[in-house]
Amino acid sequence: MSTFELEIATPERLLVKESATEAQIPGASGELGVLPGHAMLLSSLGAGVLTYKAGGTNHSLAVSGGVVEIQQDVVRVLAMVAEKPSEIDAKRAREAEKRASDRLATIKDNIDSARAFNALKRAQARLAIASPDQQH
Amino acid sequence: MPSLIDLRRRIRSVKNTQQITKAMKMVAAAKLRRAQERVIASRPFSKNYEKVLASVVGASSGEEGAASHPLLAVRTEKRVQVIVLTSDRGLAGAFNSNILKGAQAFLAEKPGTQVQVEAVGRKARDFFRRRNITLSGEHIGVFDKSLFADAARIAAAAAAERYSNEEVDAVYLVYNEFKSVMSQRLTVKQVLPVPLPEGQASSYIFEQSPAELLAKLLPDYVSIMVYSAILESAAAEHAARMVAMDAASTNASKVIDQLTLYLNRVRQASITREIIEVVSGAAALE
Repeated sequence: MSTFELEIATPERLLVKESATEAQIPGASGELGVLPGHAMLLSSLGAGVLTYKAGGTNHSLAVSGGVVEIQQDVVRVLAMVAEKPSEIDAKRAREAEKRASDRLATIKDNIDSARAFNALKRAQARLAIASPDQQH
Repeated sequence: MPSLIDLRRRIRSVKNTQQITKAMKMVAAAKLRRAQERVIASRPFSKNYEKVLASVVGASSGEEGAASHPLLAVRTEKRVQVIVLTSDRGLAGAFNSNILKGAQAFLAEKPGTQVQVEAVGRKARDFFRRRNITLSGEHIGVFDKSLFADAARIAAAAAAERYSNEEVDAVYLVYNEFKSVMSQRLTVKQVLPVPLPEGQASSYIFEQSPAELLAKLLPDYVSIMVYSAILESAAAEHAARMVAMDAASTNASKVIDQLTLYLNRVRQASITREIIEVVSGAAALE
């Protein structure tokens, strides 16, 4: 089966570098499904859950901000923030989600609401992949 | 002639100092290794980010609206922001004084401009405070953890916001670049207006228009420049401290050797004197 090289890096470290068979990347203007041999593409990255399949298993990461670069057989995700499920503090994420949705409900200002909306999306992405034993 | 007790006390005190400098050297060596690992870990990101930026610059060069991004606006430098990076702790040889001297030289080079100083590191803060220079901001304790979030905060508040509100016309970073363990290089780097990499032609499909993508990339690029300066400075600091502490330990060994030699001479002299006294006393009785 053909694969492509998936690299996920943040300014602090290189998180993932392995051959993957498919990936779902949360682009700023919508989800990007990537299979081997994808056309060359540049997009900025939104906040959300990135999933990829490598060696038959599925992995997911919470990412936000940055840029995606797709080449013939290399996919580079340069995310400002990326976290593995094991690194996520579910309690903090839940608090952040609550704070963001409260703020979203009360403010009218456009810039602030966009910011709150982003914070909400980030928190939801974290919660979505947090390991199940932390869910409560 | 100093007494034996004084000499022994002196030797003990130098030995104690040597133990401290040796320990500090070991700690600095361990921290240096970690700091270097951080620099290496951040490289894949920053290298590729620059490449992507170059492609975007290449693609957007023809488009209107790309060159007019607020972070690219070049203005005459009337008010300048300088971000000075020193360490939080001393005892790192000439590390901090080089930076502060460099920063002052840089300030002196720009007569007639209003300069705002932002201090990263306790030593920079104390230095400018002593000289009654008001700081536009101070950040302490960022080097221990070297988090990207700290760099992003400094870049966003200090640089991008003030720059886009036209409170300042240019932003510079002054820091020590890690060249090798033995040497650091004083670096003055312009971060705003953003020095763009050379545009590169590419055959990418753009999800967003290149100008739009550029607008998303630029603020983060400023944070990345600040972050890599923090990493470099942290590595350089530990390298400088390691070298300084190594020199101090060697010096302490030398001082101990000299003092021990002197101590033995004094001891022998006093023994000889006592023998002479005994012998001459006995001779007087005969």
